[in-house]
Formats: sequence, structure tokens, C-alpha cells
Amino acid sequence: MGEPAAQNLFEQQASNRRRSFWLVTGFVLLFAWVGFGGDIAWYLMTADAAAGPRASPSRHTVPFIGILTTLIAGGICWYSWKKGPERVLWATGAREVLEPADDNQRRLVNVVEEMAIASGIPRPRVFVVPDADPNAFATGLEPGRAAIAVTEGLLRTLNREELQGVVAHEMAHIRNFDTRLMTLLAAMVGAIALMSDGMGRMVRGGVRLGGGGGGGGGRNSRGGKGGNPLALVVLVLWVITLLLAPLISRFLAMAVSRKREYLADATGAQFTRNPLALASALEKLDAAAAPTQAITRGAAHLCIVDPAASRLSSSEGRMGDMFASHPPIRLRIAQLRGMAYQAAKEG
Amino acid sequence: MGFVLLAVVVVVALWAISAYNRLIALKNQVANGWKQIDVQLKRRHDLIPNLVNAVKGAMDFEKSTLEAVISARNKAVSATGVAQVAKAEGELTQALGRLFALSENYPQLKATANIQQLQEELVSTENKVGFARQLYNDVATSYNTAQQQFPTNLVVGLAKAAPAELWEIEDQAERAVPNVDLKMN
Repeated sequence: MGEPAAQNLFEQQASNRRRSFWLVTGFVLLFAWVGFGGDIAWYLMTADAAAGPRASPSRHTVPFIGILTTLIAGGICWYSWKKGPERVLWATGAREVLEPADDNQRRLVNVVEEMAIASGIPRPRVFVVPDADPNAFATGLEPGRAAIAVTEGLLRTLNREELQGVVAHEMAHIRNFDTRLMTLLAAMVGAIALMSDGMGRMVRGGVRLGGGGGGGGGRNSRGGKGGNPLALVVLVLWVITLLLAPLISRFLAMAVSRKREYLADATGAQFTRNPLALASALEKLDAAAAPTQAITRGAAHLCIVDPAASRLSSSEGRMGDMFASHPPIRLRIAQLRGMAYQAAKEG
Repeated sequence: MGFVLLAVVVVVALWAISAYNRLIALKNQVANGWKQIDVQLKRRHDLIPNLVNAVKGAMDFEKSTLEAVISARNKAVSATGVAQVAKAEGELTQALGRLFALSENYPQLKATANIQQLQEELVSTENKVGFARQLYNDVATSYNTAQQQFPTNLVVGLAKAAPAELWEIEDQAERAVPNVDLKMN
């Protein structure tokens, strides 16, 4: 395990925010390179365009590829932000709790109201998902228009304290704007995948066509300022990035998702001041470990535990580390216990 | 040269505006948090008469306990000032605790769904009062921290920001673990 000493919940929040900030920065840089790297290569290749006698392409000043990539990401993002929350709820078959139908629902509504007070954000809409496997998720781009959903299995399995811990974790996601962040990252991952695919085809096609033309252009600008070798290097780097980008971008997005899960654990612990209750809830959820069938893969990152209950999330090795949307439950429980230990130490 | 100077002035001005606005936002959150505590206390006061009515029929023999609850509630409603309110609310909690302990002796009471629901409502109400205080302390701490940290502390005078008091227990005796008296009357 990476962590040296146990950190209290405020320190854990700060450290997770820092890490997710750097990960997102890395992600944006990757995205910028995928988008604009091609433009840079193109620009370098045509830098001496004016000099050539052949009908060479004119100087490439407007970064079409970069703009196109950004527009695609923007489009996906806008669509997800508009439609996403409602569709996720609809896809799981969640039913809104307007009037509590039984004691469990009454308790759930009360707990959500308590957490709304503790977190300082308006009370979100409350939904129940008809699934026997205990799980919970939150959707909504901002605190005023958010929703929390829990499965019927969760209502039956957890006691009041543990339910409070789970609801606090979900409220923390809402308050930290995690849905917004993850939707944005997912949109960028999608755009990168599209560009990688599209560009891959074009580059392969271009290599066939430009085998002659590239050679011709090379012959021409070799007499020029030597912009060609650099352009080639940039182009090769860019193509390699394009091939690897879908994988790298997914890895970065999942790394951010894991940090935000730890952050939500720590923020939720701040709301309840009872990290052990959430730890106990996570243990129960871990023991249940049956897949939550109602929740699809697309919404997995919104849940408190991975609904697929895949062995990827439970493993604590490298592979588990890289592509799981949630940290291993054992590690989350250890972090929560660390918070409780520190709180007891500091009195 | 003049251009650089202008740019620096603009950046500093923008920073000052955002720091000032942040202090104002925190100050208002603190005021809001303080009032929210009152909201939850009032909810608690309104709930108690319902509870007493629900159990009055079955717990006829516990008249004195029921009356103790009502009188504690009335005292809490009329209390003013932080210290008095804290004391009255504490006594109300004790009275309610006794009432619930005694209700264990009346199995027919448990059978009615009403009492379970009201118990849940009261637990929730106590929690809400606690969380309202906790939120107040959290935002007051953020406000105080922002006032003390550099460079925001430079605009404190401009924003007329004063340190906020945290809600705390004045009476040392209240910090002792409560003693639940389960003796019958």
C-alpha cells in the first residue's frame, strides 16, 4: 500500500484533490497533443511551402485537426451533460420517492435530508432502484439539480448509520462536481478514440498516396531550412501517440475516477464525522459482491462500488490498479480507518 | 514598460476582487449556517406535542414523565440566548430519553406503527440539529481560515470580516457522558 502514515480526513481530501488536479492536467495535455500534434507536424512540413516549384500545399496555419478534435469532444460533452443524468436514471429503472412507501424509504428520505444539512447543499431527488444487490449512485451536474439512487438491496442490508455513510459519500460526489468532471473526461476519451480511429485511417491512406508525394515534397524542401526532419519526427511521435492514446486516455480517466472515489470517502466522512460507519457499509457491500444488474457499465463510475463486481476492482495488483474505476474496497476501508484513528488521536 | 505595469495592476485588481468576494460568500454562509440551527430546533419543538399525544393513551400511568417532556419543551421554546437555549435543549433531550426508555414497558405501544415512525422522526430531528451545528462550525472554520491565510488576509479590512465564533458547549457539566435513569418513576 502506498500511504505512509494515516491521514486525517482533511489531509486526505487535500491530497486527493491535488492528485486529481495533476492527473486532469496530464489528461488535457494528452488531449491537446492528440488534437494539435498533427497540426504541428503538418505546419512544419509545409513551413517552406512558398519555396517549392511543385504545387505543394500552402502553409498550414489554421489547426484544423485540433479544432476538429475539440469540437467533437465539446459535442459529446454537451450531449452527455444535457441528456446524461436523466438517461442513467431511466436506464436503471429507478423510481422516484415522492411519498415514502414504507419505513425503509422514510428512513432513506430522512437520511438524505440530514446529509443535505451537513453538506450545505440543497436536498437532491431521491430514487430507489429495484435490484436486490446493494449499491448506490448519484447523478446530476450541480448541487441544485442532482439525484441520489439506492437499490432496494441496500435499504435492506444496511443499518441507519451505514446508510448515512453511503448517502454522505454520494452527496460528496455531488458537492465536488464529480459527475461533471467524469462526464467531461469521458467525452474527451470518446473524442480521442474517434480521432485515433479516423486519423489512423487517414494516415494509412496518406502514407500510400504520399509515398510518392512525400518523397517529392521532401526532395523540394531538402534545399530549404531543414524543417523536414523535425516535421518527420513530430509526425512519427504524433502517430505513435494516436495509436496509444485511447489506452492512455482511459487509464488517466480511470486514475482520476479512483482519486475522486477516495475524495468522496473523505468528504463523506467529514459530513458524518463517522468514517467507521462507511467502512462497515463497504464491508457489507464487498461481502454481497453480486453484480448489480440494473446498473450498466456506462454508469459504473457513478456508483459507490463497482456494479460489475469485477475481479479487476477487487485485485490490488498492477492490472487492478490501472483500469478499475474504483479503488479496491480493502484499501478504501483502510483509509477510512486511518481517518478514525487520527480523529481519535487528535481527540 | 507602461504596458507591463498596466497588466500587473489589472491582475492584482482581479485577484483582490475575487478574494473579497470569497470572504463575502463565506461570511454569508456562516450567517446562514447559524440560522439553520434555529430551523432544526423549531422543527424539534413542533414534533414533540405529536409524540406526546401518540403515547398518551397507552402510557396513562406515566403522566409525570409525559408532563416533564411537555414542560421541558415549553422551556426550550421560550429560552433566549445561546447558553439558555443549549441548557433547555439538553434537558429536553434527557426528558425524551426517559420517555423512550419507559415506552419499552408498553408492548402494545410498540405494536402500533405510529410510535416507530415518531421515534424515527425524533432520531432524525436530533441528527438534523447536530448536523446543522456541525455545518455551522465547518463554515465558520473555513471563514476564519480564509481570513487568516495569506494573501486573503490583506483584504480582510476591506471586506469588514470578523472572526466567527464556533458553537460550543458552555456548561462543562454537559460534556459528561449522559446518565440515563431507567428507574420507574
